[in-house]
Amino acid sequence: MAVSTVHLDVVSAEERLFSGDVRSIQVTAIEGEMGILPKHTPLLTALQPGMIRLVTAAGEEELFYVAGGIMEVQPDVVTILSDTAVRGGDLDEAAIEKSIQEARDAIQHSAPDMSYAEAAAELARAVAQLRVLQQLKKRKGK
Amino acid sequence: MAVGKEIKTQIGSINNTQKITSAMEMVAASKMRKAQDQMASSRPYADAIRDVIGHIAQGDLEYQHPWMVEREVKRVGYIVISTDRGLCGGLNSNEFRKVIRDVQEWKEKGVDVCFSAIGTKASGFLKRVSNNILSQTSGLGDKPALNDLIGTVSVMLNAFDSGEIDRLYLVYNKFVNTMTQTPIINQLLPLPKSEAAKRDHAWDYLYEPDAKSLLDTLLRRFVESQVYQGSVENLASEQAARMVAMKAATDNAGQLIDELQLVYNKARQAAITQEISEIVSGAGAV
Repeated sequence: MAVSTVHLDVVSAEERLFSGDVRSIQVTAIEGEMGILPKHTPLLTALQPGMIRLVTAAGEEELFYVAGGIMEVQPDVVTILSDTAVRGGDLDEAAIEKSIQEARDAIQHSAPDMSYAEAAAELARAVAQLRVLQQLKKRKGK
Repeated sequence: MAVGKEIKTQIGSINNTQKITSAMEMVAASKMRKAQDQMASSRPYADAIRDVIGHIAQGDLEYQHPWMVEREVKRVGYIVISTDRGLCGGLNSNEFRKVIRDVQEWKEKGVDVCFSAIGTKASGFLKRVSNNILSQTSGLGDKPALNDLIGTVSVMLNAFDSGEIDRLYLVYNKFVNTMTQTPIINQLLPLPKSEAAKRDHAWDYLYEPDAKSLLDTLLRRFVESQVYQGSVENLASEQAARMVAMKAATDNAGQLIDELQLVYNKARQAAITQEISEIVSGAGAV
């Protein structure tokens, strides 16, 4: 029996990151982690900075990082409109570590060029990127 | 040989003009390629968000966003995107003619019209035909940024929210290919219903966190992305039109030079013939 799939489009303002049929999608919605399977009821949700994990029709797993956006779910098509999105493999660990460090410094010393809220948002983004990267490494290690 | 010298100077000046136009052609060609890339990279987002909006328009939502409700038209708004610079053929004048025709139709129905201008050519033109310009921006350069557009767009959106205008259109030149650019007028607000078949039963979304704030962000994004896409397309159209116009100018200059060269050569030949015949007849007289 053929596995049931749903069509997924992941787009950011700059490019189309993914377009194809998938078996399942896992995202970080505004109110927590969420898994979407084919024939899901219509849903509209905001996303927070975090990971998108999807399993393609061929059974392969892919990871993306999104910095917030909106997801629309229809029974046969899912669209993720992200503000910024990066393929898991394109993330740069050193740059992420650096931005975490900078954001922590900014929060502790309240740097004049960055408000607390900005720094906290920056930190959340960087930590989410790091999590995607760690997941990716763990899978490779297996 | 006074005539000969005059023609020589004329040829020289046309030659200089030709150098300028051919340089502009090459610059426009390379800028067009960049603008096309930019257009291609932002298109997926614009298409995807249009699909999503199409779905939303089909649903029976618990919260009716004011941007989705048709109301009686008393006043319409236009956002007109044009180029900042001239020398691009009939690109802007074609676009403006289309706007005028549309506005005329509204006026016949007794509907008032107001404008927002993006680009110096549009603000110059609209200032001549109307005294109802709500906002304008120009100098976007070769890489229009969303930030530069948001101000102009917000003015129109606020006007719609406050009921000052009941419909909002976006006008820009659509890039079909290098030779063809067509001005088009798109309705932005209220959101036009998509023609796709309506489903037979009523349905609504599940919302997280809530319908109002989600639709607010989504619709605003939609309008912004449409205006951004419009300005990027207009930029690509501008460069393509300029390239074609400058190519024609260069060719014309070449033709003109050839013709003048012919006239010059004839004049020189006539002068020489005349001198010879003078000498010969002078020698015969001696």
